Amino acid sequence: MANMAQAIRMALHYAEENLGVTDIFGEDVGPPLGGVFTCTQGLKTTWNSPLDERGIIGMAMGLAMAGQRPVAEIQFCDYIYNTIDLLKLAGNTCWSSNGQWNLPLVVMTPVGSGIRGSLYHSHSFDATATHIPGWKIVMPSTPLDAYGLMLAACEEKNPVMFLKPKALLRIKGEELIPGEPGDDKQLSKAIDAPLGDRSAWKAQWPAVGKHVVRIGEAKTVRAGEHLTVVSYGRTLPLCAKAAATLAGEGISAEVIDLRTLWPYDWAAISASIKKTGKVLFVNEDTEVTNFGEHLLRRATEELFYELLAPPKLLAGKFLPGIGLADALEMASVPQQGDIETAMRALAAQAP
Amino acid sequence: MAREAKKFSRPALVTHSDALPLDSALLLSMHGHMLRARCLEERLIAMYKQGHGYFWIGGPGEEAFNVPLGLLIKKGQGPAFDFLHFHYRQSATLLAMGEPTIGALRQMKNTATDPYSGGRNFAGHFSKREWNVAPVTSPIEVQYAMAPGTALAQKRLGGDAITIVTGGDAGTAEGDFASCLVWSSRPGQELPVLIVVTNNRWGISTPYGQVQGVQKISDRAVAFGIRAKTIDGNDPISSYLELKEAFEYVRTERKPYLVEANVSRLYGHSSASGANMTTAEADCLAQFEALLQRHGLLTAAKAKAMREEITEQLLAEARLVRDEPQPDPSTIFDHIYA
Repeated sequence: MANMAQAIRMALHYAEENLGVTDIFGEDVGPPLGGVFTCTQGLKTTWNSPLDERGIIGMAMGLAMAGQRPVAEIQFCDYIYNTIDLLKLAGNTCWSSNGQWNLPLVVMTPVGSGIRGSLYHSHSFDATATHIPGWKIVMPSTPLDAYGLMLAACEEKNPVMFLKPKALLRIKGEELIPGEPGDDKQLSKAIDAPLGDRSAWKAQWPAVGKHVVRIGEAKTVRAGEHLTVVSYGRTLPLCAKAAATLAGEGISAEVIDLRTLWPYDWAAISASIKKTGKVLFVNEDTEVTNFGEHLLRRATEELFYELLAPPKLLAGKFLPGIGLADALEMASVPQQGDIETAMRALAAQAP
Repeated sequence: MAREAKKFSRPALVTHSDALPLDSALLLSMHGHMLRARCLEERLIAMYKQGHGYFWIGGPGEEAFNVPLGLLIKKGQGPAFDFLHFHYRQSATLLAMGEPTIGALRQMKNTATDPYSGGRNFAGHFSKREWNVAPVTSPIEVQYAMAPGTALAQKRLGGDAITIVTGGDAGTAEGDFASCLVWSSRPGQELPVLIVVTNNRWGISTPYGQVQGVQKISDRAVAFGIRAKTIDGNDPISSYLELKEAFEYVRTERKPYLVEANVSRLYGHSSASGANMTTAEADCLAQFEALLQRHGLLTAAKAKAMREEITEQLLAEARLVRDEPQPDPSTIFDHIYA
């Protein structure tokens, strides 16, 4: 099965061929590298930009204004912070012009911990991104969802922020993308750029098909009765594994992959909370003014009388950064053990 | 009127006007636009002072540059036409392009009828998609980062359409100005951008010389191999000729060009600094009217009559706008998404 980097690459290939994508660009996005995580190897509309994040976002906005369909990359979300007023501008262009202008652009950026990336390759961006109205924000946790969300993003009329959980980019999926060859080695040979001289190399794209994950739709990855766990990105598979472990202890947890952070699938969340009466939100961004706090507030305000226990948030510690040493990273952001502990404690609570 | 016509027909004066490098019809047209733009800004300021608006910002003092700019623009929608990333001192350009004045009054009064933002944005924050006028924003530099994007689409399309981006001298201290220079001059991938800096030598209250050491902002283009010129933006004839040359270069060479225009700021930065007329800076309109009079193309009486007529018309428009509805609060969620 394709890993998430390959899935994104195939989605961008599909989007170049079928959805009118004109420019896939950013730092080291074009040949020879094809992206620091290989997500843009072999694509026909890629190009390397100057090392200038504000220039990248501005270029994407200008291209979108003039009828092109750009997908821009910020190499790590740790370096997106100097573009925030341009992101605000992209988000308010339709609104401030009273509907005259729209910006069909995608910005993708790797987020989160998991590669021992220290202070400037471990940031999360979901809390900040969800503070910028006018964007749609997605974050897959599987290769197939990455494929489907990228197609949806490239069909959008509005700016879409595609957050790539970097810890999951090399993880193979469990479901085939339509048209993907079942043999991993065959896939790799066809679409992974070779080591060494790549000047004559061309990707041999499989005939991938249309598979769209609609923006705004969550996915219940595990059904359960006793508590609801809502997560996305790197922590989602950890939540699923924790739920599997806890099943052996007689705790039945329902796990929801939010997939879209904005506009998010409140119907799915609230239906599950009404069923289980208990909810744990999990993500790895810093916990103060965290997106999970918003979900927690809404759960409390709207579902108070449905709840059997206080809703909980498990998020990254409120720290200036994530330290390089393994022990520091592990202690800074939620790991499977932390999630299991939190789920067990919530399951044990009785009104 | 009869007396005016008679004066214009005097042969000696026609000879004088021939000495100017632009034909009289164009000169008088430029004067008309400049005068209308000045009267519009003065009306907007009056509206602010009368409580018919929360904030004023605009471009009185820049008309001699902004009008020729507008006259040279190839207006229309999409990349086959010029793309315009303006800052908030550009009303004279819009009027020269043919925009009616009443829209600016509606935006000042933040009415639901405001054609640029529906009562959401400040005065002078134009947006007009059918002419590729990108929404003007209050951050003073962001447009420089966006301009290469529309220019790339235009270069790709072929043809002669270009991108024009304008900003002030203070904003050139921001990184986005450097971004514009970098992105529009990538070797072999140069972009058709006319980069304009109107230099009024002020950033709100801070004099240019106190915070920037570059003598001429146009010198910054040199390092990027971008052709550039510093011009007298208070002289509409010189502005027209210099801009024409710059437009032609960008249209045909498909490469960037930087124009730094020295201009005046006649009513301060904005209403926040009082919006009062200063006599310490050159008034391009008064200078141009004097020139036209010297060449027999205009009389003081004619100029006065024109000003009175425009002022009266703007007053009537302001009265009309006064009674137009404010946006309904239920519309705040409209147009977050397309």
